[in-house]
Amino acid sequence: MKQFWKSMLRSPSGVIGLVILLLAVSVALFGPMLFPNSPWRMVQRPFLPPFTLSTVPLGTDALGRDVFAGMIFGARVSLLVGLVSTLVALVVGIPIGAMAGYFGGKVDDALMRFTEFFQTIPSFALAIVLVAILQPSIYSIVASIAVVSWPPVARLVRGEVLSLRTREYVQAAVVTGQSNTWIIMREILPNALSPVIVLASLMVATAILLESSLSFLGLGDPNLISWGYMVGAGRTVIRQAWWITVFPGVAILISVLGLNLIGEGLNDALNPRLSREGR
Amino acid sequence: MLSFISQRVVKGVIVLLAIVVLNFFLIRLAPGDPAVVMAGEAGASDQVFVKQLREKFGLDKPLPEQLFIYVKGVVTLDLGFSFRQQAPVAKLIGERLPATLLLTLTAFAISLMLGVLFGTFAARFAGTFLDTAITVFALIFYAMPIFWVALMGILLFSVTMDWLPSFGYETVGANLTGLAHAVDVAKHLIMPAMTLGLFFMATYTRMTRASMLEVKRLDFVKTARAKGLSDAVIQRRHVLRNALLPVVTLAGVHSGTLIGGAVITETVFAWPGIGRLMYDALLQRDYNLLLGVFVICSAMVLIFNLITDLVYRLVDPRIEFAS
Repeated sequence: MKQFWKSMLRSPSGVIGLVILLLAVSVALFGPMLFPNSPWRMVQRPFLPPFTLSTVPLGTDALGRDVFAGMIFGARVSLLVGLVSTLVALVVGIPIGAMAGYFGGKVDDALMRFTEFFQTIPSFALAIVLVAILQPSIYSIVASIAVVSWPPVARLVRGEVLSLRTREYVQAAVVTGQSNTWIIMREILPNALSPVIVLASLMVATAILLESSLSFLGLGDPNLISWGYMVGAGRTVIRQAWWITVFPGVAILISVLGLNLIGEGLNDALNPRLSREGR
Repeated sequence: MLSFISQRVVKGVIVLLAIVVLNFFLIRLAPGDPAVVMAGEAGASDQVFVKQLREKFGLDKPLPEQLFIYVKGVVTLDLGFSFRQQAPVAKLIGERLPATLLLTLTAFAISLMLGVLFGTFAARFAGTFLDTAITVFALIFYAMPIFWVALMGILLFSVTMDWLPSFGYETVGANLTGLAHAVDVAKHLIMPAMTLGLFFMATYTRMTRASMLEVKRLDFVKTARAKGLSDAVIQRRHVLRNALLPVVTLAGVHSGTLIGGAVITETVFAWPGIGRLMYDALLQRDYNLLLGVFVICSAMVLIFNLITDLVYRLVDPRIEFAS
């Protein structure tokens, strides 16, 4: 573990990524405490340009709502949706991949055809259809992002399990009569986790992008303010008020960038052999 | 070669059928009567239309029979009727398809060419300032949401500099013909295609760079060098050709994302393709149209995957078609 942090902190991308993530998480956790009022509330005249009033540093939108407050509350939605949908995708993808890799044969065939099927469907289009049909809410958004993002997890885990299954210590466990579940859970999966962690960090980034795109199209949770929604709302008035679209977009860019950098840092730390030669 | 193609086509058709079945269940996932859902918000109050739908899809019959009727309809390219637009869904999509193809293929070509070019440069000058600059740019473009890139493009090139038109497929009411028309369309195409292309360009840049560096240290490259081949020849004939394989695979995997990106790009730039049609269907809760576009998008992805599979076989020096 110590070793892991050491190499993680040695990679510049990992450090920058961690700093960005810490910042984003603290904004999401503590930010709303500084802004006790709802971000939906009108605080000033509409279209107040940024940097004119210190109380409303980033200006107001078409309805006089505080852009800065919206961004702070939006951080919550983005990070939450990103994390939870990735977790759900892992919960679906890991067992499917593990079973396919461990049992092989017909089970593997069936599960992998199923996975490939979901991988062929255009993911964003499916997410749109799912959210539209289930009605936009934070639950349908998380569910649909999870539905479109589990297949790579299953494929990755399958590959790892496939190569670990033939190792001697696994064979030993089989000989001693351990149950399949026990072997998969205790012997195989812990050793297959590091590439999954790398993938997961990248998945959170993709999930944030997906959520913002859905919200931008008007498929966000109508009760929660989010970055994508803000950009979408500012779109029609972009000629008069550039700041409404620019700032929330920067927030998305920075968070996604941070998570991608963490992914790279994790990759360096967890698969040192690959990364040294790769760069 | 032929048996390979026919095998892949059969597989693609099966997947497409499965998607149609999925579609069938998606409609039933929505709360309420499927006929009312299919009619959309506008048509739901029209009792005659709802009744027609109920009869057409046999909604009072058992589920397997309903499924059969539905699949039969889609197979004969009957994707239903859009009450809101007062036109068959298949016709609406057919009208919009060329614009989407123009946009996605242009974006794809731009992203692949620039991505491979930048990736090759970065790998060639690995560790130098040029490499770092390319890598950083790729990382940033990779993290930008497409809709935001589109809006920033409009802000910069249309609002501030007034260089490019910010919406549409051609100048409305200009009635241009021939070359002037083509130039007009091209001007409208630049921003949407670049927007859509940038994200994928970033991906291909990263992929090409990583894979060039990986191939470079393989034994056969050393052999080539030992044979006294020039650096340029080694890079082009040996390294690049092999390094392109994962890039081609990635292009296939990304075709779905490309279509998804087209929905966003077309929405922002009011590009009259099926992505914009999907957005309109979404706004109007026109589920029949929405699901129709979804099926066609899936079909496009399948066709694209088939093509990339073929290209992979053509590029890969290890696979030769024994004919």
